[in-house]
Amino acid sequence: MILELRDLSKSFGALKAADAISFDVPEGEALGIIGPNGAGKSTLFSLVSGALAPSAGRVLLDGRDVTRASAQQRCVAGIGRSHQIPAPFEKLTVFENLLVAACFGRGKREAEVVESCGEVLEATGLLSKANRLAGSLSLLDRKRLEMARALATQPRLLLLDEIAGGLTEGECQELVAAIRKIHASGTTIIWIEHIVHALLAVVSRLVVLNFGRLIAQGDPREVMDSAQVREIYLGSPI
Amino acid sequence: MAMTNAAAPRFAIRTRTPVSTIAAVCCVVLVVVLAALPFFAGRSVMQNMFFILTMLSLAQFWNLLAGYSGLISVGQQAFVGLGAYLLFAWTILGGVDPVLAIVLSGAIAALVALPTSFLVFRLKGAYFAVGTWVVAEVFRLILAQVKILGGGTGTALPKEATNDAAFVQWIVQMTGERAAVARDKADYWLALILAIGAIGLVYGLLRSRRGLALAAIRDNEAASGSVGVDATRMKRLVYVVSAFGAGMTGALIYLAKARISPDAAFSLIDWTAFVFFIVIIGGIATIEGPIVGVLIFWLIQNELSSFGSVYLMLLGALAIIVMLFFPKGVWGTLAERFDLHLFPIRRSLEFASAAGDPKSSPAVEEEISHD
Ligand SMILES: Nc1ncnc2c1ncn2[C@@H]1O[C@H](COP(=O)(O)OP(=O)(O)OP(=O)(O)O)[C@@H](O)[C@H]1O
Ligand SMILES: [Mg+2]
Repeated sequence: MILELRDLSKSFGALKAADAISFDVPEGEALGIIGPNGAGKSTLFSLVSGALAPSAGRVLLDGRDVTRASAQQRCVAGIGRSHQIPAPFEKLTVFENLLVAACFGRGKREAEVVESCGEVLEATGLLSKANRLAGSLSLLDRKRLEMARALATQPRLLLLDEIAGGLTEGECQELVAAIRKIHASGTTIIWIEHIVHALLAVVSRLVVLNFGRLIAQGDPREVMDSAQVREIYLGSPI
Repeated sequence: MAMTNAAAPRFAIRTRTPVSTIAAVCCVVLVVVLAALPFFAGRSVMQNMFFILTMLSLAQFWNLLAGYSGLISVGQQAFVGLGAYLLFAWTILGGVDPVLAIVLSGAIAALVALPTSFLVFRLKGAYFAVGTWVVAEVFRLILAQVKILGGGTGTALPKEATNDAAFVQWIVQMTGERAAVARDKADYWLALILAIGAIGLVYGLLRSRRGLALAAIRDNEAASGSVGVDATRMKRLVYVVSAFGAGMTGALIYLAKARISPDAAFSLIDWTAFVFFIVIIGGIATIEGPIVGVLIFWLIQNELSSFGSVYLMLLGALAIIVMLFFPKGVWGTLAERFDLHLFPIRRSLEFASAAGDPKSSPAVEEEISHD
């Protein structure tokens, strides 16, 4: 198991954003997470990546307890994440954003990571904007940069948080193809996405969160067809 | 992602620009001229240049701390004073050669900064600033208790550390000048080496991947952690390096003064307020800013220092005007207006000339942006 969550909980005051969540992710899996707004999906990513400390529960990476490890240590250990609200280094260029991620995420020197950074920029469609300041990018490109920067750290476990929103159908297809390629190269992927048809084109298992609780998981089709999930999404198009 | 194959690299990093190449050549010429200055300039020039170069060193290190790392310290006098007192201790108590003592004093200031950082880093923002000032006050009070170094009233350097020092005597033999004149030259050369070293160290740090990390931390500390940057460790490194620089500079300044007292060595006005002014006026978070700033500061001080406290009020007013209307300072404003970077740190991605499309860089259609 690359990732094991054990009764992971996070409270913000009286609000339980994560409520005793447990599940395992085998190495090489592509896992999808869905759930209505405010279900606690992004909070779960922050708990896994180390941006937030849990109120209770444990996170295991490769069987090792990393609950107390910092975000920086977890990145070096192989967890890469994109932020739902893009958090670029605005006064650095797009290329420099990747450079810092590649150097520090992998403990390499700049000269050693130039090629791989260039390749990631190419794969994410940002090559023509490599030398632009990240702060000058459109929202769509900022989202691309989120994924590119996470990839630059060459993660073994990649956490993607709503990166397909706002894309045209064609762009969405390209994104799906790109993620499948990353997955095919051996990277374990957990993808939070509201654009369900894109998600289902990639993942082999689905986890459903609601009010901070894991309410369903399993085969994507079966989960989507279950009465429970239909009830949650009643009124919102799938 | 796909592994990089062994074939010819397709991408390359470029930092140099035509302007920076010209600037580098000019720098070399300037350094040669400055190094030769003692052979044709008089004593007052030496003394003025000593002041400019030592203040420049302090400004570079404070800029590294506040400008590049967001650690707004108002307590660098802690390490200036500590370095100065350590020089006196090494030379008076240990009989160490003063040039060696400068380096040792800086090193010990850095060693002291390490545990100090654990204390002050618990504080954020304004509390950090106050914390650094408190540390300086504590150092001052402690050294005022050290009787063997003169206690509250201070002490003077012996002749062995000044006129009779090996470096000074060597200049006397080379030039046949009086020891007092030779000492001014010796101090000047040391200050020149220190200032060049300060610029080289800060620029080298910014050009290394640590410079990228510092920029990332300033832009978004939380996100920097998620890409593997240890923000606390980076800041601690900068704090210790700045203390090393401030300690060496303090040691050199008081080697030249040859007299020390706790109130002077730990002066907030002299070693932090003036340095703050220099960096703000010249342009924070640029290498060139402190150079421009120290020249402006020196001019103003020459013209106005006879006015006493009015002069301090004028400096304060000027700093506030600059902060309000030219927050990037004189150099920062010019650099932005004319896209001028003598010490570039921006890394551009280019297609390596051997492969790919030789005539195009990834930015060919885009405006190349600098900040
Ligand atoms: N730092 C915080 N402080 C207080 N409450 C928070 C914080 N972060 C999230 N929350 C709350 O926790 C709940 C879960 O938020 P989260 O962002 O994890 O939801 P989500 O499933 O990602 O939603 P969305 O689909 O809108 O992205 C929400 O009610 C949110 O308001
Ligand atoms: Mg979310």
